Amino acid sequence: MSSNLEEQSRTPPFVRLAGISKSFGQVKVLKDISFDVRPGEIHALLGENGAGKSTMIKILSGLHQPDGGRMEIEGQPMRFASARDANAAGIATVYQELLLFPELTVAENIFLGHYPRKAMGRIDWTAARAGARALLDSLDCHDLDVDTRIATLSVAQRQRVEIAKALSHKARILIMDEPTASLTEKDVTRLMEVVRSLKARGVGIVYVSHRMPEIFALADRVSVLRDGMMIDTRAIADADEATLVSLMVGRSIEQLFPKGEAKIGEPVLDVSRLNHGRLVRDISFTLKRGEVLGIAGLVGSGRTELALTLFGITPATSGEIRVMGKPVSIRTPRQARDLGLAYVPEDRGLQGLVKSMTINENLSMAALDRIAPGLFLNFAEEARRAVDAVRRLGVRARAGIHQPVGELSGGNQQKVVIAKWLETRPDILILDEPTRGVDVGAKAEIHAMMSDLAAKGLAIIMISSELPEVIGMSDRILVMNNGQVTGMIDRADATPETVGAAMTAQTKSKEAA
Amino acid sequence: MAAVQTSISVSAHKVQRPRPLFARLMSDYGQECVIIAAILLLFVAVGLYNPRFLSASNLNTIFAGNAYIAVAAIGMSMVIITGHIDVSIGALIGVLATISGTLAVSGYPVWMAWGAPILLGMAANFVVGWLVAYARIPSIVVTLGMMSILRGGLISVTGGTWISGLPKAFMIAQWKPFGLPFPIIAMVVLTLIAAWWMRNFPFGRSLYAVGGNPEAAKATGLSSERRVLAVFVIHGAFAGIATILFATQLQVIQSTVPPNLELTVITAAVIGGVSILGGSGTVIGSTLAAILFAAIGSALIFVNVSAYWLRAVIGGLILITVLADMIRRRPKT
Repeated sequence: MSSNLEEQSRTPPFVRLAGISKSFGQVKVLKDISFDVRPGEIHALLGENGAGKSTMIKILSGLHQPDGGRMEIEGQPMRFASARDANAAGIATVYQELLLFPELTVAENIFLGHYPRKAMGRIDWTAARAGARALLDSLDCHDLDVDTRIATLSVAQRQRVEIAKALSHKARILIMDEPTASLTEKDVTRLMEVVRSLKARGVGIVYVSHRMPEIFALADRVSVLRDGMMIDTRAIADADEATLVSLMVGRSIEQLFPKGEAKIGEPVLDVSRLNHGRLVRDISFTLKRGEVLGIAGLVGSGRTELALTLFGITPATSGEIRVMGKPVSIRTPRQARDLGLAYVPEDRGLQGLVKSMTINENLSMAALDRIAPGLFLNFAEEARRAVDAVRRLGVRARAGIHQPVGELSGGNQQKVVIAKWLETRPDILILDEPTRGVDVGAKAEIHAMMSDLAAKGLAIIMISSELPEVIGMSDRILVMNNGQVTGMIDRADATPETVGAAMTAQTKSKEAA
Repeated sequence: MAAVQTSISVSAHKVQRPRPLFARLMSDYGQECVIIAAILLLFVAVGLYNPRFLSASNLNTIFAGNAYIAVAAIGMSMVIITGHIDVSIGALIGVLATISGTLAVSGYPVWMAWGAPILLGMAANFVVGWLVAYARIPSIVVTLGMMSILRGGLISVTGGTWISGLPKAFMIAQWKPFGLPFPIIAMVVLTLIAAWWMRNFPFGRSLYAVGGNPEAAKATGLSSERRVLAVFVIHGAFAGIATILFATQLQVIQSTVPPNLELTVITAAVIGGVSILGGSGTVIGSTLAAILFAAIGSALIFVNVSAYWLRAVIGGLILITVLADMIRRRPKT
């Protein structure tokens, strides 16, 4: 392996960026980027959302033109005017949101734009189908029919078509943007085999991913981008996970889960023997003011179902809920809201926000009755509340409260969802996977915001699949498996081992206090 | 076919078997097969009820009298496949017919009376295409504007008079080379050429790419602007040819816009299997659909149903076809 590396480091790079910069309007997205990829090398590219990775990829693949700096292909200066130029130079890209034509067949998608031709410039369909077959076979995809329409394929199959398409351009460099983001475990393994076989054929690969295990399993070198600057490039042997994360976010990993001290007050929610269907069975717990109660469990353990039942979306079939000591019946989300509960669902795009509307409009949706006491909206009041929320939660938006939510980064969108529900002035906030899909920096900010809210007396229930997050943020952890409580662990006793053991425990170990 | 197979096995180590003919027909031309079946069913059923439906003169009315709709629908299909729409086609044909007829009765040579609508159709649609492709105004807006301009202009200038006294040599729609009405020949030949071009030439194929996934087309290095502009100009040429067939079939031309013509043309494209969302469909389907409407319209008369039902029947067909398209597009698992 090491001799292999040395040999590689003597190979001249196929593509090299030197001092590349790029601005959009006033915003400098890339500053003085230097980067290179050698044939037969897997070069991982890391960086938070918004660090400039996608702009850099688009420059390499000819979709954006740099403002300054040099690009070289095999030592020769090169400028790409379009994606076609980059393809012709031997650089192909597999984007995260796969860019295929759903109504066209596999063979067509692979050869679109550079079909084999017959006389008069006609497309040679026989050659195209045979060529597609050969390319897919070379990727070990014997099961994929070249005449199928793309629309009928799975994500993993579509990705293989994209890779075959890249190879059809005789790509020397293949850029893969988050290739495993939407794949199942099994497909990830298969993809990694494909990537290794490409490397063995001498294709240089730019591998963009957040997933550390894949990077350590595949990469020869790793580069880290932060705030538009190339922070570091090093051999994978000289890197470890903690270093890479701290290079990415600019601070150390210990600072990432900062649950502050909060005064734990009187109980606000008291649940006993709650039932709904198979996944909410005899659930009992108490939640106090200022407390963060983490809910841990495997996917399908009933965590989200419990939240849905508490919020009246799937009302309980039996059991008792007390809010502020008073027994209540929650049959609809509206009742839950009026009792001071707020629920921020898992998928913010589907259930939480209207992306084409502005921050301002999204925020007022949940609290329209407060902003419109009579017939009309009080725009001044609406704006005042929005400005206040944006400032309090640290939402970063270029155009302030009038920026459409869809233009914000994932982390900032999540802050807006939370802010929207805070507009209803809840006592109890239920967060379902609050940091899924947001980058490390925004994650830390959301955590800081939760601590802050708890310190102000809000009671928070946080559902999370990430153990470090649950352990770092929670005062107590309720662990569920198979719709039942399998553990209630105090902050002092919470370790990955204790929580992990409860997550797979079959029987109820301890009833909640 | 044998030669084809050998060439595959030579170039690929694992043979991609040719698909069975029936499966291929159904997957590639499903909509077309359904429409052919519907047309045959209609002819048999109505023919049994009233044999005069199948008389030569009625068939001539159905096929030759509506060929101009099929020809206009070819260009419309290309526009819709590319992800756009044109609601000004009816008004354009009305204006072009008036110009063509006026040239013909004013003593200009016949070739000019025929050539003018084609060139002017291309020119008008060059403007539309430029506004859509380069100024990035949605095509529905541009063509709505174009429709109003053409309609208003036509009525203002001509006052809706009839143009009569058309010279005999001008009446190309009444030609019968090889005993077949010229409009039918034009419809079949143009449909086949367009279908062949769209299937076998990179530029034709790329229209599906631009309409199906513009983002991906850009990443593939296909310029959608050039293609959109080109498609509108081609559509203009087909509109010009449709105009000639329309203007030369009767002894007079009314200088107004034929009512609902744009809807009939768009509907032919959509029922023919062209997805209103862009990216799929064929011109063979749109031509068949145009024939199907003409046959339905005629059939209603022969079974003594008010012709007003035609629009209702076609409306129902549109909804069913679009619904089927949406269901078909839903991703499987």
